[in-house]
Amino acid sequence: MKILVPIKRVVDPYVKVRVAADESAVELANLKMAINPFCEIAVEEAVRLKEKGQADEIIAVSIGPKVAQEQLRTAMALGADRGILVEHDEELAPISVAKVLKAIIEKEKPDLVLFGKQSIDGDNNQTAQMTAALTGMGQATFASGIEVEGDQVTVAREIDGGIQTLSVKLPAVVSADLRLNEPRYASLPNIMKAKRKPLETVSVADFELQLGAHQRVLKVTAPAERSGGIMVGSVEELVEKLKNEAKVV
Amino acid sequence: MAILIIAELDKQGLGAECAKVVGAATQLGQEIHVLVAGSDVAEAAGQAAQLAGVTKVLLADHECYSHQLAESMADLVVELAGGYSHILAAASAKGKDTLPRVAALLDVAQHSDVIAIESEDTFVRPIYAGNALATVQSLDAVKVATIRTSAFDAAASQAPVEVEAVDSVKETRLSQFIGEELVQSERPELGAARVVISGGRGLGSGENFALIEALADKLGGAIGASRAAVDAGYVANDLQVGQTGKIVAPELYIAVGISGAIQHLAGMKESKVIVAINKDPDAPIFQVADYGLEADLFDAIPKLTELL
Repeated sequence: MKILVPIKRVVDPYVKVRVAADESAVELANLKMAINPFCEIAVEEAVRLKEKGQADEIIAVSIGPKVAQEQLRTAMALGADRGILVEHDEELAPISVAKVLKAIIEKEKPDLVLFGKQSIDGDNNQTAQMTAALTGMGQATFASGIEVEGDQVTVAREIDGGIQTLSVKLPAVVSADLRLNEPRYASLPNIMKAKRKPLETVSVADFELQLGAHQRVLKVTAPAERSGGIMVGSVEELVEKLKNEAKVV
Repeated sequence: MAILIIAELDKQGLGAECAKVVGAATQLGQEIHVLVAGSDVAEAAGQAAQLAGVTKVLLADHECYSHQLAESMADLVVELAGGYSHILAAASAKGKDTLPRVAALLDVAQHSDVIAIESEDTFVRPIYAGNALATVQSLDAVKVATIRTSAFDAAASQAPVEVEAVDSVKETRLSQFIGEELVQSERPELGAARVVISGGRGLGSGENFALIEALADKLGGAIGASRAAVDAGYVANDLQVGQTGKIVAPELYIAVGISGAIQHLAGMKESKVIVAINKDPDAPIFQVADYGLEADLFDAIPKLTELL
């Protein structure tokens, strides 16, 4: 089985971002960047399927600037066999990302496409579902457990009231939730080995796609600050404030 | 043109989110149609017909929609999409599963977790875990969006409008429902509760969540948790509040033993009044709390429960 894992270069999740003064975007210059944490979980799951003997090749793919190579190398240090970078400098809407991925999927013909459920920058949670739609595949989103058996994948999904289990016909799209696994760290020898793994660079223009302009960001603003609160000295004082000042109990 | 809302169902019938999505849609000043698709769901359709602002309910009653799986739901919505300017659903697990599939099949963008509607094509939505708000103008003919229900008021009720049967069967056979394990709870639903009490790593164990439960029962509130508490196995993961869990905006949010990582704040900082109880005076949660109490939760919570 061949697994394709799309990954995204995003700002490190522990960095607090600021809105640019002209309200055009979020300030990203000189910030630490990383693999989107959900994509890391997807890579880990693919590697575990390979270790169980259920997958023979893992391809990591990323659409982004040239420096996104770093994140593909990280994926390869974690166990991906090769990488594909679709070089593109502007941020694409999820619908356009899905169209590019569809072109890659048609070429590589993976049996399973393993996404992270959302990227922590755009917080869209769309690309996996859109890719499934465009390629006509079934989908299982927000996975917390994956079992491959024959031509089916059985997925435990995190839904609002608990867990739902679905069986999806392969080839399929699955998106990883937080509790699917605990990603491993890349070891130094594996980081060195990853430097020699194949990394192919292509460009969006190579695919002859019609990526329409679907949306325009008019402004990006900082959310309203909460007015400063107070510290109370005791439980009694807290109860008094909640009853008489905030009037919420 | 009109607006199509995809309704979610639960065991009782129509999901509580639907009234909020209808509430958001009324701001657009157009006809509102609600699609109720499922198996044996005439009652839910009747409930949708009584939400103020709804002008028509479409009822697709067939076994192939019994678990509202994304593939058949998306095919059904796409078939009905002609004539609609907006297609909306709640930004819940189901809405997030289905709507991007609909948008891709229509070759349009989707707008996730909309918290404000500025005009018929311009929406506001949080990005970067709620640390920035993007105002986005859609350039597509059909606007497909999920609505953050905590940001809108629920529609009131009205005299029931017409329910029209939709005779369409979309069996894709791409995916199959195997089973479901739902958490049983007597308490109010986390997303809709007026009061939420959340526990974090500071609780130390699953048994100690009994303290949180006692306080929640006293206040008629729901229980939430931080990611640390869920990962440590103290409570089920559907109680997680944050960027990757539920987004809540209750009147009162009490954070107990939660440090206040940005991922957690993303899920609760729109709450009206925030109370933080933590023994670490430097915990970031105190920066967003209206009332902070630096104390050991094992002393403070029983006392608070007793005094309320």
